[in-house]
Amino acid sequence: MSSIPTVKSNDQTAETNGQNVLAARVRELQKHYVLKSETVRALRGVSFDVPEGDYVAIMGASGSGKSTLLNLLGCLDRPTSGSFVLGGDDVATMTDDELSQIRASRIGFVFQSYNLIAQLTVVENIEVPLYYMGQLNAESRKRCKQLAAMVGLGDRLDHRPTQLSGGQQQRVAIARSLVNDPYFMLADEATGNLDSVTTDEILALFQMLNDQGRTIIMVTHEDEVSEHAKRMIRLKDGEIQIDKRIENRKTFPPEVIKKISMGTD
Amino acid sequence: MLILRTWQLGIKSLLLHPMRSALTVLGIFIGVASVIWLLAIGEGISKEAQRQIEDLGAENIIVRSIKPPDESGANFRSIQAFGLTRAEHKLLSTTIKTVESVLPIRELPTKFAYTGNPNAKPIDGRLVGCTPEYAEVTRLEVARGHFLTDREIISKGGVCVIAANLASKLFPSEDPLNKLMYLPEKKEFYKIVGVLKHRNATAAIGGSLASQDFSLDVYIPITTMQARVGDTEVKRTGGSFSVKEFELSQCTIRVGDVDDVPRTAKLVEATLRKDDPDRQDIAVVVPFELLEQAKATRLMFMMFMGLIAAISLIVGGIGIMNIMLATVTERTREIGIRRALGGKRSDITRQFLVETISLSVVGGLTGILGGLLCPVTVEAARWLIREGAPAMYANLPEVAKVMSPEIVPISIPVAFIISVFVGVIFGLYPAMRAAQMDPIEALRHE
Repeated sequence: MSSIPTVKSNDQTAETNGQNVLAARVRELQKHYVLKSETVRALRGVSFDVPEGDYVAIMGASGSGKSTLLNLLGCLDRPTSGSFVLGGDDVATMTDDELSQIRASRIGFVFQSYNLIAQLTVVENIEVPLYYMGQLNAESRKRCKQLAAMVGLGDRLDHRPTQLSGGQQQRVAIARSLVNDPYFMLADEATGNLDSVTTDEILALFQMLNDQGRTIIMVTHEDEVSEHAKRMIRLKDGEIQIDKRIENRKTFPPEVIKKISMGTD
Repeated sequence: MLILRTWQLGIKSLLLHPMRSALTVLGIFIGVASVIWLLAIGEGISKEAQRQIEDLGAENIIVRSIKPPDESGANFRSIQAFGLTRAEHKLLSTTIKTVESVLPIRELPTKFAYTGNPNAKPIDGRLVGCTPEYAEVTRLEVARGHFLTDREIISKGGVCVIAANLASKLFPSEDPLNKLMYLPEKKEFYKIVGVLKHRNATAAIGGSLASQDFSLDVYIPITTMQARVGDTEVKRTGGSFSVKEFELSQCTIRVGDVDDVPRTAKLVEATLRKDDPDRQDIAVVVPFELLEQAKATRLMFMMFMGLIAAISLIVGGIGIMNIMLATVTERTREIGIRRALGGKRSDITRQFLVETISLSVVGGLTGILGGLLCPVTVEAARWLIREGAPAMYANLPEVAKVMSPEIVPISIPVAFIISVFVGVIFGLYPAMRAAQMDPIEALRHE
């Protein structure tokens, strides 16, 4: 198992909230959409901190503002007001190009439908964020191979996404999300397209990564999935309804975790 | 490294749909190849036209006799002489100061036979009465023996010089020199004193000058022709006969200085038409003026060809744009993924531009190769028609038979630059459209 450095040392805005350094800080985040003459207030002032090493499940019914929050956390959109501090920079006021740069270097996306690029191989897919950071070289290629091996796909580096199963594709996507050593991983219904066995494999992988110190923010509507997280934030009507630590968190036994890198499929 | 990767990626994406990419490339290929082809053929044709005009001699003025249309019921009693007369020939050569000399020429279609082979079918040819200067003016070269001499003109000798093609037909296995040539229609004999080299036919120019095929000519002194053949020509074909009477078929007027040609031409016209301004039985052809016209026409011609080629390139470009717009829509999801993973708008634009430029550059390069094949292809096509469909070949215009396309060197870089330009211009809109997509919307696209 390879170890990938995760500790950020330059986080100046870290509040001494407990003893942890913050991966993300969200304050009074609001997002309004103007549809025809009507203004939809999708987020009405959301505040929370995500300390490093946390494992947060964001839940909520459709229309609760879950997707809007996800887009803001992913720097795909800008809030109407409020601040979102990521690694010392408030991304709320950045330009489109600056946001692209942030996405490439600080966020690791995992999507429901894997979203691999069809014409690229496994390794090349993992490399994409580095390509946009302008950091492709022999060393980065080695690192991508290590990541592929870590998620159990070391022997399928030159396969195309279409030659892989859903679970394998999602593992490639997870490896891709880690390649830029992000502040946090942002998983959007990452297990939504998978059967229960594969879902468990992916959740076990998340647990392994979190145990290694990765910060994970996971958007889901399934209770069985959210039970694996350490903390749950439930949104309702654009506001935080519940923000609590999960008691009786479900975890996988160590022997399951060990199997991950051995290519289970 | 990164740039390399961008191109590598673009080519990979294009190879994902090989058929589609190939068809798009074909559009540009045709555009670029047609630029080179049309310019090469245009250049070939205008060079050929110019050469033919130059063959007539820029310092010459040609006056042709034209047979008036047949009047119904023409018979022996109402024969009208037409065309140039010997008196006019004398007038032209003595009255106009700038005229150096005037060559009288009389042409007559006749049959020829060889006395040593009396059973052979006589061959259709052309009997030409002329002077020694004729060889120089029409650029005939003697292969063996000699051309007509001044002494033969004065003595009205019964001698002739024959063209190469006719010589090989009449004398397949003998030396034609000093043999006797027989004219069955005239019951005349001529001794062969010279054989000419092969000469290409001239094309018809501007309707006033018919094309001249020198391959079956027999040249005799003009004086001999007058004395032995006379001016009246009776031709029997089937049950009918036709009569025509003319003294000369052509006068080639040589002018000392090319600059004097236009002025002299006016004087010649005025002299010949002084009694009847509407005279229909002669035509004055001035190759010098034709040459000037041809040069001006050439530019227009090239511009016209260029325009056609440009249109085909634009069509090719629209093909690229069409495909790229479809591709952009089809790859909306990919664009969303790339944006989410940190691709800037400019990265997306660049990626799609790289693809269109790849397409158009491949089209451009193959198009240039295709264009360079133009002369070979034209030659091959001509050979195929000649061998496969001789009847069709015979009906081809003269210029199509002799024209050889000449690749205009500048057309190659120009075609290439234009193809890249087309790639950028027509790729820009789809690429910008791709870049302007909202990443959230694009990610949601199915």
